[in-house]
Amino acid sequence: MSKTLFDKVWDTHVVRKIEGGPDVLFIDRHLIHEVTSPVAFLGLRQRDIRVLYPERTFATADHNTPTINQHLPVQDPLSANQLKALEENTKEYGIRHWGLGHYKNGIVHVIGPENGITQPGATIVCGDSHTSTHGAFGAIAFGIGTSEVEMVLSSQCIMQPKPKKMRITINGALGKGVLPKDVALFIISKLTTSGATGYFVEYAGSVFAQMSMEGRMTVCNLSIEMGARGGMIAPDQVTFDYIKDREFSPKGADWDKAMAYWETLKTDEGAVFDKEFVFEGAEIEPMITYGTNPGMGIGITKEIPDAKQAEEAEATFAKSLGYMGFHEGEPMEGKKVDYVFVGSCTNGRIEDFRAFASLVKGKRKADDVTVWLVPGSHVVEEQIKREGILDVLTEAGFSLRQPGCSACLAMNEDKIPAGKYAVSTSNRNFEGRQGPGARTLLASPLVAAAAAVTGKVTDPRTLLQ
Amino acid sequence: MAYDSFNILKSTAVPLPIENVDTDQIIPARFLKATERVGFGDNLFRDWRYNPDNTPKADFVLNNPTYKGKILVGGKNFGSGSSREHAAWAIYDYGFRCVVSSFFADIFRNNCLNIGVLPVQVSAGFLERVFAEIYANPDTDLEVNLPEQTITLLATGEQESFDINSYKKSNMMNGFDDIDYLLNIKSDIQEFAKTLPL
Repeated sequence: MSKTLFDKVWDTHVVRKIEGGPDVLFIDRHLIHEVTSPVAFLGLRQRDIRVLYPERTFATADHNTPTINQHLPVQDPLSANQLKALEENTKEYGIRHWGLGHYKNGIVHVIGPENGITQPGATIVCGDSHTSTHGAFGAIAFGIGTSEVEMVLSSQCIMQPKPKKMRITINGALGKGVLPKDVALFIISKLTTSGATGYFVEYAGSVFAQMSMEGRMTVCNLSIEMGARGGMIAPDQVTFDYIKDREFSPKGADWDKAMAYWETLKTDEGAVFDKEFVFEGAEIEPMITYGTNPGMGIGITKEIPDAKQAEEAEATFAKSLGYMGFHEGEPMEGKKVDYVFVGSCTNGRIEDFRAFASLVKGKRKADDVTVWLVPGSHVVEEQIKREGILDVLTEAGFSLRQPGCSACLAMNEDKIPAGKYAVSTSNRNFEGRQGPGARTLLASPLVAAAAAVTGKVTDPRTLLQ
Repeated sequence: MAYDSFNILKSTAVPLPIENVDTDQIIPARFLKATERVGFGDNLFRDWRYNPDNTPKADFVLNNPTYKGKILVGGKNFGSGSSREHAAWAIYDYGFRCVVSSFFADIFRNNCLNIGVLPVQVSAGFLERVFAEIYANPDTDLEVNLPEQTITLLATGEQESFDINSYKKSNMMNGFDDIDYLLNIKSDIQEFAKTLPL
């Protein structure tokens, strides 16, 4: 029988099916961080059980870490306590830990792929909804709750019903200045913030085939923002080239064996999806959000829709625009921007900083904009320096912070002040997400760069050479 | 973690007729710094419930003594966004045992089921009726019957059935959790691990 890529990977990992209940799914790789793991370790202790496969779990500190002066003790006692708990828990249970200051430290969804932990055909979970990122490699990857973190630590399994399957195909090619982030925001604006709930998505078509691994990660990362448990892309030569020779990727004969398996990981001709969407790459322009969920996005040259056109009920839509201080029918272009944030598991990779630098090169940071550039990991940070990007940024009046989740969720000190507008390359524009009262406009690194040099919402295509 | 078993819950309900209530609203990230599962209820809906100076916002439903009970009724797509189980913990810790909505986000629904909060998904029409009844009479009782998988507006007898898989249902009714099950099949899991392709 014809199978989808998702079926192949899921079915291979089903330890047993419970009648009228969930599947017991084996998890190949488990990533943990300081915020959603402590209570899981507490559970292990209360039950007096060990971690079944400590070598399958990888720990990093990212959500709650400062992005300046990382060499100094963490000032917030609660944050410091969480970092200490992770360090002690991983030590006690024999789990690899790349904590604050470690040269491999960074955002969990950046360091997984960077180190070859993320591989095609694997099942990967983490107590973080953006675990969907790893689907870019043809893995089944999704976020779980802390109870499930405890399940994986104790049994390397979770129990979930198999989701339905959706395919989103984008044919053709992307226009100038249109980035993978725009593709994702475009899809979410079409499907809405809950349009893929209950589904696992496969992205297909020439737009994704032509996309770099970084770009594919951005798209898969945002799958959760339309409610999908995860999204995946069939592995191809781009994938294999990325994985080869990374620390945890297979070597020698193991590589050949892995490749033989990985090449089978694609949707068979005739396989059936529960739902399909098809779009054209040329339909997509640089995107920006105007509301308080990621589905409230429009092309940057468009106007904010009126309540009648919106997916949300009138009261919800009005609450959202009220929070943002926007009105129906207004254009987004020209709106004042106070902050720009480039980073996060969505857009904190090398390609994102290359894009940002390509636009700001030879220009100057706008005086009244505060710009936070936060690499996703130390490896990304090093690469920014090695490629000369830091020099371009410095010349244009920008500086670089140290790696972490930072202002994406504003759990550390990096908070956008109340009422201020931030063009952000992160993933969520929810009320208060980037700080209490903060107003977030989600966009690509190019749109962020255009805002950083003009101080306004600006179509980056007008500034590109 | 063990929790109280759930069978039949008869209670008044608290209405929150807003769509897409995300887990950042249920509990903002800055309150996720604990290393134990205590006190999250105090920060449930923190920024909707309190002003920046920590005084209660009079117009938020949790600050209105007219509405109380163990059932929270929310608009469509409840619990979207972050996977933080802290959102479900905050709801449980505050005293809710059941959330009713016409649609739930996936991870949030799972988290609720894993900690003993019952997510009850009803039709959009029934949800509207529930909101209308609560606003007409805040003391009106709802009955959520897990064994029968029904939810009833006791004042009018209007009823709808809801879905839950039989495994999770049995867990909820007995206060069991998945880890007990998984630990029981540990040797099967270890055998299975040897058969994986890579």
